[in-house]
Amino acid sequence: MPEKPLTKDQLSPGQQAMMGILRAAVALFIPLATFAGLYGGFIFLRDSGAPQLIITAVAIVWGVGGVAALYLVVNYLIQKLPSAWEKRITPFLFVGPAIAILTWYLFLPTFRSLYLSFFDKFSRAFVGLENYAYVFTDRTMLTAFVNNVYWLVFGTGFCVVFGLLIALLADRVSFEKTAKSLIFLPMAISFVGAGVIWKFMYAFRPEGTAQIGLLNAVVTMFGSDPVNWLTLRPWNTFFLIAILVWLQTGFAMVILSAAIKQVPSTLLEAARIDGAKELRIVFQIIIPYIKSTIVTVSTTILLLTLKVFDIVFAMTNGLFGTEVLASQQYKQMFKFLHYGRGSAISIVILIAVTPVIWYNLRQFGKREVF
Amino acid sequence: MADAAAVTLHKAAGPSRKKSYANARKRQKIIISIILLVICIIWTLPTLGVLITSFRDRDEVSRSGWWTAGRELSALTFENYKQVLGGKPFSYTNASGDVVTERGDNMMGAFLNSLTVTVPSVIIPILIAAFAAYGFAWLDFPGRKVLFVAIVAILVVPLQIALIPILRDYQRIGLNGTFLGIWMAHTGFGLPLATYLLFNYISTIPRSTLESAFIDGASHFTTFVRLVLPLSVPALASFAIFQFIWVWNDLLVALVFMSGSGEKYQVMTQRLLNMIGTRGQDWHLLTAGAFISLILPLITFFSLQRYFVRGLMAGSVKG
Repeated sequence: MPEKPLTKDQLSPGQQAMMGILRAAVALFIPLATFAGLYGGFIFLRDSGAPQLIITAVAIVWGVGGVAALYLVVNYLIQKLPSAWEKRITPFLFVGPAIAILTWYLFLPTFRSLYLSFFDKFSRAFVGLENYAYVFTDRTMLTAFVNNVYWLVFGTGFCVVFGLLIALLADRVSFEKTAKSLIFLPMAISFVGAGVIWKFMYAFRPEGTAQIGLLNAVVTMFGSDPVNWLTLRPWNTFFLIAILVWLQTGFAMVILSAAIKQVPSTLLEAARIDGAKELRIVFQIIIPYIKSTIVTVSTTILLLTLKVFDIVFAMTNGLFGTEVLASQQYKQMFKFLHYGRGSAISIVILIAVTPVIWYNLRQFGKREVF
Repeated sequence: MADAAAVTLHKAAGPSRKKSYANARKRQKIIISIILLVICIIWTLPTLGVLITSFRDRDEVSRSGWWTAGRELSALTFENYKQVLGGKPFSYTNASGDVVTERGDNMMGAFLNSLTVTVPSVIIPILIAAFAAYGFAWLDFPGRKVLFVAIVAILVVPLQIALIPILRDYQRIGLNGTFLGIWMAHTGFGLPLATYLLFNYISTIPRSTLESAFIDGASHFTTFVRLVLPLSVPALASFAIFQFIWVWNDLLVALVFMSGSGEKYQVMTQRLLNMIGTRGQDWHLLTAGAFISLILPLITFFSLQRYFVRGLMAGSVKG
């Protein structure tokens, strides 16, 4: 090791060139080693027969660490560049990955699905609007449309009405927090988990055997025959909607409750002094005051009901006339392997959300963030 | 407060009026309490039934309703969980004295798979979105505004639109049925919201805070990692909780992109769906399986309730 650090003027041109090559080699080696390591991890995870706990640990470290490593490596490379270039490229280190992923996963698929929706089952022959004709005339599809309208109207309606009602009631009792927790708790439950929970509630056994489903136990207690809830058309769709209401009312309640607490108490007191009944206060003061929140909550649940899939899939698999758009789309894709029809249905769902897209853009345009 | 005001007003009407008014308020409050209590009980019963049933003996479950379990407290058992969790054959002696051997449902394996899918699917989009949010908020580059408006536009685009095209890509490049594939899918579907939320947060960090870092010669990268990320922890946490619940409870994305791997890498929701198919009437097993799938979200719910609410509220408009 030399006593003093080497500076450029102490080196011969040949040595300088050597140093340059060496530095370039190091600069290349680091990213290459990173990529090789990441690729090795991918192969290990794909092919390994290691115990599952090890796979889980490796996968998490590899996945999370890999993304962090990629950012670090690219940053390292950028810093090697002349500063004018560094300045120009840095923004793309920051926004580039997000833009690339969004382009691949959401932006392009919109157009690719539109394109595929004009082609046949195997995406080979152009069929014009045939898939759309199917979507709007097939009997099962028409059932799906009608059911989806039920989901939109009654699913959203009940969630918001119950949410508002419970929020208003909870505002006036001493156990507000506990009550709200209990109603909100189902939000943590998956739609499939809720499927099991409610299948058990709706469990049906022939007359004469002990009913283990709570609803049929109640029904038979009052002397009626047990009901097979899930095959009872057209009400079965509403029994499925009940599951969504059970899951999502908590969401509506929490947000509406927060809004209700914002209503100025002076306004409420004044009304009470004037002798207004509680019901009138609710309809003429509270509801108008929180109107915009009600719209937001409704929109959110509308979007959810439009794409509802898991509940139907787990409870009835779309049988007994409970089909909805999203479950039909999944079936067209995976059961009938008809990519044309599957894509057409997804385009229909997209068209249904365009008003919300338009609204979001308009709201964003009003804000001056840039 | 409201009561006090109302009562003051009625003072002039004499003590009896005042008293009856207070009584009416009290009665009203009791009625409201009862109504709410009934609603709460109705809301809790379905979950309670599943929880109780999962601990009951298999024969008891099919013999009587779960609400009668109070009479047979000593008969409560962990057997159902043992059978559902393990993947090995499970033997038991049934009511008529025969030894029955059934395959376990390997819920433990599905639990680990869900964990493997969920943790990176939460952290990766947060990291990428935080970088992007910083870029949009603090860096200047051509197309900045147009790109951000595009992100706002795809906030509510339904993910159904992407399933077929992405599945075809995956089949072509061999990502179908891999963890990387599903992480990327969840990242893609979570990114618009994550970027939007984090941008709203990061763009409100005072300019002076960042400028002092730049004066000290820090690069954007260093500033981001050392200063902006730590400052954004509240926003990161609330998105993380939302995304965690979303990914953990997701069925559709897993069905589409993980089915290629067969049973080995099934996540919890897929396994539970299979159980509904194969275990149709074995309620003691189905309920135990359902409860295992609920346990992690429920722990999150009870331990981080405030953040949980905030996360779900912030993330409610996902596409």
